Amino acid sequence: MQLDDTDRRLLRHVLAEPELTAAELAGRAGVTPATAWRRLEKLRDRGVLGRTEAMIDWRALGWEVEVSLRFTLDKTNPRAFDEFLAAAREVPEVIEIQTFLGRVDVRLNVIARDMGHYQEIYRDRILALPHIADIEALMLVATVKDGAGLPL
Amino acid sequence: MTALDDTDRAILRLLVAEADLGAGEVGRRVGLTQSAAWRRIRRLTEAGVIRGRRPRVDLSALGFGVTVFLGVKLAAKGRVGLEDFERAVSAIPEVQVVQHVLGLYDYRLRVVARDIADFERILRRRVMTLPGVGQVEANVLLSEERLPGPLG
Repeated sequence: MQLDDTDRRLLRHVLAEPELTAAELAGRAGVTPATAWRRLEKLRDRGVLGRTEAMIDWRALGWEVEVSLRFTLDKTNPRAFDEFLAAAREVPEVIEIQTFLGRVDVRLNVIARDMGHYQEIYRDRILALPHIADIEALMLVATVKDGAGLPL
Repeated sequence: MTALDDTDRAILRLLVAEADLGAGEVGRRVGLTQSAAWRRIRRLTEAGVIRGRRPRVDLSALGFGVTVFLGVKLAAKGRVGLEDFERAVSAIPEVQVVQHVLGLYDYRLRVVARDIADFERILRRRVMTLPGVGQVEANVLLSEERLPGPLG
C-alpha cells in the first residue's frame, strides 16, 4: 500500500503515543478528525495497522525477575526448531519467543517471582527443553527505552 | 504488588490480545456488567498492571523489512557514564528498545531498518559511534510471538 505524508504523520503519532484519542491524534497530525478516522480505517483495512495489545507490567504483579535466554540449537536434527518451540510454548513463564538468523537461534523471555523461583523454572522447565546445544542468559536490569516508534 | 483474582486474569487475557475491546464486550465475555468490567479495567490500569497499549503494525508494509537485535558491550567501563550511552542510544530513531542487562552484554537493543544496507548504515554511523561502545553482536529477527504468560 502506498502511504502519503498524512498517513505517515498519523502512524508516527499513533505509534509514539498510542493513548491519544482520535481527536487529539488528528490535532497532532494537523488533519480534521474525519480525515484521521478515514485514514486510520483504511490502514486497518489493509492490515498495516493491526489490533492494539495491552502490555502487562509483570513487576507490578510481583514477577520481579526477567531473563532473556538465548539458545543455540542442535541443528543436526531437522525437527529441532519445531520441537523446541512447541515445548517452549508450554512453559507458562515464557512470555515471548523470537527466532533469529545469527549466532543465536532462539530467544525466550522468561519471568519469575524471584531468583529462587527462576532457578526452579530454569532447572525443571528450561533445561528440559529439547535439542539445546548452548544457553546464555541476560538478566534484565532496567528498560531504558521501550517504544514502537518508527522513523517514518 | 497487586493481587489478581480469576476474573482479573480473564480480563487481562482478553486485553493482551485485543486492548480495544470496550468494557461492555469485556464484561459480556467474563460474565460481568459493563460498569463492573469498566471498574476492574480502570483498577488494573491505575495499579500499573496494564502499563500501556500498543498497536501492532505490519513493519514490512511500512517499508521496514529488517529487525535486528544488538548485544552491546561497553568498552571503557567506568570512564564513560552509563547515562551518556543511554541518552545517546535512546535518541536514535531506529532504536526502539534499549535494555540494560547483566551477562555477556551490557545492553540489548532492538533496531528497525528498511533493509540490510540500511541496517549497516545505522550500525556504522549511529551505533558504532556511540560513546563507550565496544563489542557488538547482531542477530536478525526471523519470527516473534508474544504469549499471555502466567495468566492461566
